[in-house]
Amino acid sequence: MSIVFQRPHALIDKPLHYCPGCTHGIIHRLVAEVLDELGIEGTTVGVASVGCTYNSYEYFNCDMVQAAHGRAPAVATGIRRSLPDRTVFTYQGDGDLAAIGTAEIVHAATRGEKITTIFVNNAIYGMTSGQMAPTTLIGQVTTTTPFGRKPELHGYPVRVCEMLSTLEGAVYVERVAVNNVQNIRKAKAAIKRAFQVQQAGLGFSIVEVLSICPTNWGLSPEKALEWLGENMIEHYPLGNYKNVVLPSDKPASKE
Amino acid sequence: MAKVTFRIERCKGCRLCLTVCPKKIIAIDESTLNAKGYHPAGVTEPEKCIGCAFCATMCPDCVITVER
Ligand SMILES: Cc1ncc(C[n+]2csc(CCOP(=O)(O)OP(=O)(O)O)c2C)c(N)n1
Ligand code: SF4
Ligand code: SF4
Ligand code: SF4
Ligand SMILES: [Mg+2]
Repeated sequence: MSIVFQRPHALIDKPLHYCPGCTHGIIHRLVAEVLDELGIEGTTVGVASVGCTYNSYEYFNCDMVQAAHGRAPAVATGIRRSLPDRTVFTYQGDGDLAAIGTAEIVHAATRGEKITTIFVNNAIYGMTSGQMAPTTLIGQVTTTTPFGRKPELHGYPVRVCEMLSTLEGAVYVERVAVNNVQNIRKAKAAIKRAFQVQQAGLGFSIVEVLSICPTNWGLSPEKALEWLGENMIEHYPLGNYKNVVLPSDKPASKE
Repeated sequence: MAKVTFRIERCKGCRLCLTVCPKKIIAIDESTLNAKGYHPAGVTEPEKCIGCAFCATMCPDCVITVER
């Protein structure tokens, strides 16, 4: 017998501080698996943001920095431009990226910065105990929308992939989810491709990952996964929003 | 032949591995508490495991190692 599944090397062997069932843990592991597979742990710099994953620098075995709230794309820009041989990624929540950091992400994308953003959309501010995020669904109850999000009062949920895919500098844009095994595999493939797009110097790449926050959604992890599948995907359709040809892509067959 | 190993001191009892096991052989051990205070998950009928690694893929805390 040989080992077919174990902790990736790029994920440091220590307990994660996340709540039971929080899928930030799965997404961390996928990023680390990709760093292992591409053999780039030693040449990658990650930029942690502000949110539950503020101290993800404790968990990734590559070099890490932590940025002020919403500013991870600016920090990543500086690192990637001054150290062009490195692979640079940001790991940002929806509060971080789509609220206080909206300007940063839009301009990093439109400048075509050669960075990769892992955007974890759990439709809530997890760290600060469950306030409405720009991505909170219509009708969703949060501590600041106790009667559910109402468009006339709170506006509409922001679709980040759709928005960023209109920008020329954003060359790879994909939305995935981690609500079941099949989707987790697709999520990993998307994260890997996003890093490869950066390595090929083609422009800005982003993977939006639909994720759960059982604690602030007030659901068990199991029920939270169901809620994601039944409600989030309808508003945030999965799939590729923008793609680019990689040197490693097999040429399309003639048949 | 397949074998799953649960590192129970890292388990948070979230039950996500239970939901995806096609053989339904994972259960929470209510008689045990780990140092963190969680009832950990474990395999009830190890001989039925097919080594698909669905449980490990779903586990947010890297508790599970799979051999095949
Ligand atoms: C300048 C500034 N404003 C506000 C905050 C408070 N704050 C901390 S985390 C956060 C939102 C986090 O939500 P998200 O990015 O979705 O991450 P999650 O915890 O959900 O993964 C806010 C508003 C802060 N730390 N700094
Ligand atoms: S508050 Fe939500 S996002 Fe934060 S660790 Fe807990 S479950 Fe995860
Ligand atoms: S490897 Fe597959 S069959 Fe074995 S315990 Fe895990 S999910 Fe169940
Ligand atoms: S998914 Fe992981 S942490 Fe959750 S119960 Fe199973 S082994 Fe424990
Ligand atoms: Mg969030």
